[in-house]
This record gives sequence, C-alpha cells and structure tokens, in this order.
Amino acid sequence: MLYREAGQYKTSYAADEAVFALREDRIGLIVVLFVAFVVVPLTSHDFMLQAVLIPFLVFSLAAIGLNILTGYTGLISLGTGAFMGVGAYACYKLTTLFPSVNIIVWVIASGFFSAAVGVLFGLPSLRIKGFYLAVATLAAQFFLSWCFIRVPWLYNNNISGAIEVPTRTLFGVPVTGATATSLTRYFVVLTIVVAMTWFASNLVHGRIGRMWMAVRDMDLAAELIGIRLLPTKLLAFAISSFYCGVAGALMVFLWYGGAESAVFDVNQSFFILFMVIVGGLGSLTGSFFGAALIFILPIALRVVAPALGLPLHPSTVEQLQYVIVGALIIFFLIVEPNGLARLWQIGKQKLRVWPFPY
Amino acid sequence: MDILYKIFIDPFMQMGQAPDLLVQTLWEGLVAGVLYSLIALGFVLIFKASGVFNFAQGIMVVFAALTLVGLYALLGRWGLPAGHLTAFIALGLTIGVMFALAVAVERLILRPLVNQPDIILFMATFGLTYLLIGMGQIVFGGESKVMIAEELYLPRGAIDFKLAGGFVSLQKIDIAAAIIASVMVATLAIFFQRTRIGRALRAVADSHMAALSVGISLEQIWVVVWFAAGIVALTTGIMWGARSEVSFALEIIALKALPVLILGGFTSIPGAIVGGLIIGIGEKLGEFYWGPLLGSGIESWLAYVIALLFLLYRPQGLFGERIIERI
Repeated sequence: MLYREAGQYKTSYAADEAVFALREDRIGLIVVLFVAFVVVPLTSHDFMLQAVLIPFLVFSLAAIGLNILTGYTGLISLGTGAFMGVGAYACYKLTTLFPSVNIIVWVIASGFFSAAVGVLFGLPSLRIKGFYLAVATLAAQFFLSWCFIRVPWLYNNNISGAIEVPTRTLFGVPVTGATATSLTRYFVVLTIVVAMTWFASNLVHGRIGRMWMAVRDMDLAAELIGIRLLPTKLLAFAISSFYCGVAGALMVFLWYGGAESAVFDVNQSFFILFMVIVGGLGSLTGSFFGAALIFILPIALRVVAPALGLPLHPSTVEQLQYVIVGALIIFFLIVEPNGLARLWQIGKQKLRVWPFPY
Repeated sequence: MDILYKIFIDPFMQMGQAPDLLVQTLWEGLVAGVLYSLIALGFVLIFKASGVFNFAQGIMVVFAALTLVGLYALLGRWGLPAGHLTAFIALGLTIGVMFALAVAVERLILRPLVNQPDIILFMATFGLTYLLIGMGQIVFGGESKVMIAEELYLPRGAIDFKLAGGFVSLQKIDIAAAIIASVMVATLAIFFQRTRIGRALRAVADSHMAALSVGISLEQIWVVVWFAAGIVALTTGIMWGARSEVSFALEIIALKALPVLILGGFTSIPGAIVGGLIIGIGEKLGEFYWGPLLGSGIESWLAYVIALLFLLYRPQGLFGERIIERI
C-alpha cells in the first residue's frame, strides 16, 4: 500500500542503477539514519549504548568485512578474529608510540596493517580452495593468536599481557579511555560504521564487486573472461581484513577499553561467521541483521528468562543459551538458507504486490 | 650465524646425544598422531559419503565419552554392581545413543538441507556443535570426569626399558590405543571394500544423483555413516579420556585434527592415518627441539603451518582425489 513503485519513472541510467532505486527505500534509509543519529542518543541510557548498540555496530562492521570475503568472493575464512586482533594491537602500538596524533586516524590506519597481514595469509588462496582454504586460514588464526600472547612488544611488555586503552581526545572531548562517555563513543563508532558501510556498498555495486562475484560463482570461468584472479582475490582479502581490523580496533578502544589476546581467539572468528551466514551471504544489510540476531539474542535470553519468573541458575542460562543458539542456527538454515537478508527481500516483494499474492 | 646454528645444527646434535629422549619424543608424537588420526577418520567418513564438513566431530567425541561415563554412574545408582559387566552394558547403551544421534541428525538436519551449498551444511554442523555442548552440560554437568578405563579392561601403568644409556617409558594405554586404532581402521577398510553397504557408500561419495538413480537410499547411507563416525568418536573419547580425563576441554582436539585432514586430504582414509602420524610426530619434535627458540606453545600453530606447506605443493592434500575443474 505504502510501498509502491508505480509512478516512479527513471529518466537516466544513473537513476535506474541506483542502489536505492525506490523513493520508499530512500525514505527508509533516511529514517534509519535519523533514528540512529538523533532518536537513539536522545532516548537510550548508558547500558543500552554501551552493552548493546556499540557492540552491535562493531560486530556489524566485522561481519561486513567477512561478508566481502566469504559472501562476495566465495573464500571461506576462519581467521576473522585474528585479523580483528591485528587491528586492535596495531592501533594500540600506534597510539602509544605517537600519542599526539588523532585516535581516529590511528583506528583507520590500523586497518591497513590488518590488510597487509590479510594479504599475506591470503596468498595461498590462489592454489587452495573451499574447505582446504578455510582450514588454511585457521593457520593465520592460531599463529596470530600465539603472537598476541608470546610477543611482549605488541602489548608494550605489560606484566598482565593485556592492552589498556589510554585516554585520547577528539576536539578536546575524550573518546577513548575511562573518562569517555558512552554517548561520545557511540557517535564515533556510528559515524565510522556508516561511512565504511557506504564505501563497501559502492565497492560491491561497482566493477570490483562484479569481479568478486564472478570469482565466487566460478573462478575458472572468471579467469577466462579476463579477470585476473590473484589481484582480485588478494584485494578481497585486503579489504575484508581492513574492515575486520578497524572493527577490532573499535572493539578494544571504544567498547571494551582494554583487552587480552583471548578476545581474538578462534571462537570470535566462528561467531562472526555465524552472523554472516545467518544474516545472508553476499548482503550488506544481512550483515547487520546477522549481527543483531546473534549478538542480541543471548542478551535477550538473559533478560527474558528472569522476567518470565523462571528461577534459572546463571550457569544453566549459559548452557541453555548454547542449546538455543545452536537450535536457532539450524532452524534458520533450514527455513531460509539464504539468510535473514533473503527474508527481508521476500517481505519487501510481498509488500510491493500487496494485496495480491504475486 | 648463531641463529642458523640453533635452527639447523643444534637440534640434531641434541637428538644424537640423547637417543632415548628422541625415541620418547617420537613415541609421544606417534600416540598423539594416532588420536588425531582417529578424529580425522570420523571427519573423512562423513565427508566422503555426504560431502558434509562435519565440524561437530570433536564435540561428538566429548559427548560419547560423557554419555558412557554418565550412563555407568546412572546404572550404578540403579543398583547394578560396579564392575566390568555394568561398564559393558553402559558401553552398549552408549552405542545405542550414538545410533539415535545419527538418526536424529539425518532426520532433523541433513534431510531438510539436502542439496544446499556445502557452506550451509557446514554451518548446520556448527549449530549441532553448540546444541551438543549445551545439552551435554545440562545433562552431565560441566565438571570433568574420570573415564571408566579399568572397568573396560584397558591396561594401566607403563613399560620402561633401557635404551642407549637412558630410559624410555611407554604407557600401556597408548599401546592399546595404537592397537585398537589399527583394528578399527582395518575393519572400516574391509567394511568399505567388501560389504554391500560399503559399496553403496562409495557410490554415494562419487555422486549423490547417480547413487539415487540406481536405487541406493541416501537416508540409510547417511545414518550408517554418522553412526560409524559416532563409533569412531566413542573410541576416541574412551582413549583420550583414559589418558587424561573427560571434559569439554577435549573439544579443542577437533581443531587439532583439522590440519591432519587437509594434510591427508578430506576424502582419504589412509590420508587421515598418515596425516595424523606426520602431524603428531612433527608437532612433538618441533615443540621439543625447536620450541625453545621461539618461546613455548608453538604446538598450537605448528601443525597448521606444516599442513599449509604441504598444501601449497598439493592443493588436495597428500592422498586426496585430484580436484578436476570443468567449465
């Protein structure tokens, strides 16, 4: 009823190829951004921002990163956690070595370190495919995790072995460290995530994205039509790791405020992969949906169980969480293997033709 | 020069000077390798017959071991005397549980997801992993337990013998593990080569569609395969549990078995065995002789690097079927 494309004529190719071709979609996007930038900060309290929204945005960014590699280019990676770790440790080293430089610059710059490491571990992808590659990326995961523990230089020889985020300011307002308010952090994370999502959207809708998708669908055929596999695959690794690195830096600097190597272990990689699969392979919107479902669900369980008056022991809740998350993953895969993004599309299609079935 | 000496000469000097230590390290590597092989074998069975990369194999090991110990305790509470008989009843019941698990997995997960891309099935086994972790903890509790090794006639203690002026000590349970593993591999090989179901399994592995068209029941095959993987998991769980204890920490050995898999190839049973031995021995030798150079703990990634180097040379693993791509 409200969602109709009737009467919206395109008069140029640019309009026809726009990412948000429908007026309703554009309005929807503006509403979402308005809610994120204005309504949420006005209404949310600290817990909501600090424990739900900031992590949600950080995980969405990491999921976008992995989606570029796995969803768009078809290379399965289980090293996401380690690449996030590279970003976090690079950012920590940079900001302690050069404290006067703006922290945002270092958060973005740490992505480049992560990208370089990603390219290095992406090199075997030219020869190794499928699950063999997935296991090969685990080599990156375990090697880098080991480095985070055993190379004291990375955490400035702290006795605790953890990294502590120092206070850094942006235009005189503290954005990291203990004194930064969660509202400031939220705005910084949100701005970075929105900007990088916009960049990723342009990337995947353009020539590079087409190349990636051709490689995903069949790399031999892609090679035959003139796509050079090595640069394409390595670019996917670089950009994916860049996103994961920035997400890792944001995670430590603007969410945890300090971290040890265990944060970036193999479970983190699996966690991000869940988000990508449940959200939808090859969909940026799906990355947000997946992050929301996988991250917010356990929190919701923890809140809902006591609210229903179920006298559950905390450890039982944690075990139930495993059962429910496992069951939900299987359930979602069976109901919609293409992820939540596909459900979203189906919903939009239904709205478009309503009240007719098709 | 000093570093080169430490890498290329010093470890070999040490090996020459203390052959007993070398033999001990080799033996430990061999035993670890046998256990890795067993887990990898479970993976290979399922991958060969259904193309599913079963991430849940590691947790199936834990689940099987926990079920065995838990059932034994339960039977004891119901008044059965503790001893060999009860232990074997528990073993039989556990095999029944693994069969039920195989049927449930086929019904609830594989059948609805037939013909989906590999990665979706892979993720489904992830879901299964979480489900089994949660259920195992709810039913059996999170604390670690002692494997009923003695009741199952598994030997204990060690055999020491002199060698080149030193001692080498072999745990009896390790010898038993090696023998049982060999017997199991031989049984599986015969089962695959000689029986009707084994032939059907190989047909399914070649092509689902062609197997269906000659009247092979995919459902039946999958149950058989998951059941076989469950039995392999149970054996691994008993062996590993007898060496240390039964706890959810065992879950990480699944990650240890992955390099074995890519080294040997996903589709090859001999590959799983040889790969396991290479990784086990390489890991222990590397940790013992080269580990001090880099700081300890290199065990965690050394196996992956070894496997990666082999893969660069042969992308389908040492014994995997050659991957032929057509357009």
